[in-house]
Amino acid sequence: MRGRRWRVVVLGLALVYFLVPLLSAAEFSLRTPGGGYGVANYLTIFGDEVLLSSLLVSLQIAVVTAVLVLLLVVPTAVWVRLRFPAAAALLESATILPIVVPPVVMAAGIAFVQANLGGPVFRTLFASSFTALTPFYVVLALPFAYRAVDNGLAAVPLRTLVEAARNLGASLPTALWRVVLPAIRSAVLGAAFLTLALVLGEIVIARILLYGDTFPVAIVEVGRSQAGVAVALTLASLVLTWLLLLAVSFAGSSRRSTP
Amino acid sequence: MTLLEAPTAPPEKVRSERSWRAALGLLPFVAYLLVFLGGPLYFVISGALSDADGRPTLDNVIASVTQPQYRAAFTSSIVLSAGTAVIGAVAGAFLAQAVLTSRPTSPLRRIVSTASGVLAYFGGVPLAFAFIAALGQTGLATQFLKSAGVDLYASGFRIDSLTGLALTYVYFQIPLMVILITPALEGLVPQWREAAENLGASAWTYWRRIALPVLAPALGGATLVLFGNAFAAYATALALTSGSIPLLPTAIASALSGNVLAGAQNVGLALGLDMVLVIAVVMVGYVLLQRRASRWQAR
Repeated sequence: MRGRRWRVVVLGLALVYFLVPLLSAAEFSLRTPGGGYGVANYLTIFGDEVLLSSLLVSLQIAVVTAVLVLLLVVPTAVWVRLRFPAAAALLESATILPIVVPPVVMAAGIAFVQANLGGPVFRTLFASSFTALTPFYVVLALPFAYRAVDNGLAAVPLRTLVEAARNLGASLPTALWRVVLPAIRSAVLGAAFLTLALVLGEIVIARILLYGDTFPVAIVEVGRSQAGVAVALTLASLVLTWLLLLAVSFAGSSRRSTP
Repeated sequence: MTLLEAPTAPPEKVRSERSWRAALGLLPFVAYLLVFLGGPLYFVISGALSDADGRPTLDNVIASVTQPQYRAAFTSSIVLSAGTAVIGAVAGAFLAQAVLTSRPTSPLRRIVSTASGVLAYFGGVPLAFAFIAALGQTGLATQFLKSAGVDLYASGFRIDSLTGLALTYVYFQIPLMVILITPALEGLVPQWREAAENLGASAWTYWRRIALPVLAPALGGATLVLFGNAFAAYATALALTSGSIPLLPTAIASALSGNVLAGAQNVGLALGLDMVLVIAVVMVGYVLLQRRASRWQAR
C-alpha cells in the first residue's frame, strides 16, 4: 500500500508540471481579439501563403531526412546486433554525441564553411535550405532514431528471423526488407515521427545560416506580431506528432499480440 | 559465406578477419557522422585557432576565457546545466520507476513513453511560449496562484531569471531522463529483490544496498547526458530571456552575427571550442560510466 502511494504522488506531480504549461498555451491560443474564445488562430495557416509554403518546405526536408535516417540507422542497428555486438557500446556513445554537441556549435562550423569556402560543391549545397539543412538534420535525428530502432530490434527474435529467412534462400538484404522491417514496423514509424517533430521544431541552425523559409522560423516571425497564431501552430504540431506516435505504439502492440 | 558457417580456420585468425569485415558494416554510419558532425566541428576548432586572415593564433581562445562577459556566460551556463541535470535526473528516475511498476499493459506506459519522445524534443521557442503563457507576468498559472494567495512576482520570481530558465529546462530534461534510464531500470533482475526480501530486507534496504549501487553508473551517465543537453540548449533561453541572461550559446550566436567586427567571428568559434572541450570531458565520463553500467546488463 505504501508502494502505491508514492507512485500516485509522483505521477500526480508530473501530470501537473507537464500539463500546466500546455494547457496555458492552449488557453492562450484560443483567445480571440474580441475577448472571447475561438479557433481563429488555428485557421490562420490556411489563409497564409507564407506559412503554408514554409510548412511545405519543412515537410519536404522532414521526409528526406527521415528516409536518410532510416537508411543509416536500420541496417547499422541490425548489423551491430547480428555481427558485431562488441560495437554496441561504441555505437551507443556515438549516438549520444549529436545530443550533446550544441547545435549552435554545429551551426558555427557550418556557417564558417558557408562563408569561407568556395567551390561548386559547397555553393550547390548551401544554395537552398533544403540541400543545406537536410544533411545536418539527419545528424540531429540520429540519436533518438537509433535508440527507437534498437529498442524495436531488442523486442523481436532477430537472429531467428534472419536465420529462418536465410535458410529459405533469402539474401541478407531480402531478409532485412521482407522479414526484419515488417517485424519492427512500429519502431521504424516511431523513429520517422520523431524526425518529423525535430524538423518541425529546429530553429537554431536554420536561423544562424539565415534560411528563413522553414516552418519553425516562419512561425517565430509570425509570433512577433501574432503570438496567438505562433502558439496555436506549435501546439498543433506537437499534439499531432504525439498522437501519431501513440497510434503507432498501440498499432504495434496489437499486431504483436495476435499470433 | 553464410551467417551460421562454423569457423574452419584457427579461431584467432577467424576472429580478426571477422571483426575487420564486421567493422566494414558500420562504415556508412560512421562515415556520415564523421563528415556531417565531424566536419563542422573541425572547422570550429581550426577557426578558433586562427585569426581573421587564417594565421594560427591562440588569441581567440584566450579572449574567450578571460573577457568578463564570456566568463559570466560560462558560469551561468554551467550552473544552469548542472542544476537542471541533477533535478531532471532525480525527478526523471522517479517518474520512470513509477511508470515501470504499473501493469505492463497499462496505457500509462505508452502515454509516458511516447510523450517522453515528443517532449524531449519540445525545447526551443514553443516551450518558451508555453511557459510564458503559464508563468509569465499575466500567465494562467501566475494568475491562478495569485487568486489563491501566492503572488509569485511580488516574491521576486521572474520567468526570465535563472530560476525561471531552470524551471523551463527541467521540462525537457525529465523526459530525456525517462528515455535514458528506463532500460537500466528494466534491467534490474526481479530475483535480486526477492532474494533480498527473503533475507528480511525492507524496500528501503533493497534500494540502498542493491538496486542503487547497481544503477549508479547508469544514473551517473544519464545525468552527464542531461548536463550536455542543457549546456547545448539555446533557442529556449533566447526566446525566454531575449538574451538578458548571458549563456554560452547566446554569446556564440551574437559573436557570429556581429561579424562586422573583424575577428569577432573567430572568438565565437573559440567559445564553440570551449563548449566542445567541456562536452568532451563529460563524454569521457559518460563512456567510462557506461562501461561499468554494462557489467550488470545481460546482453
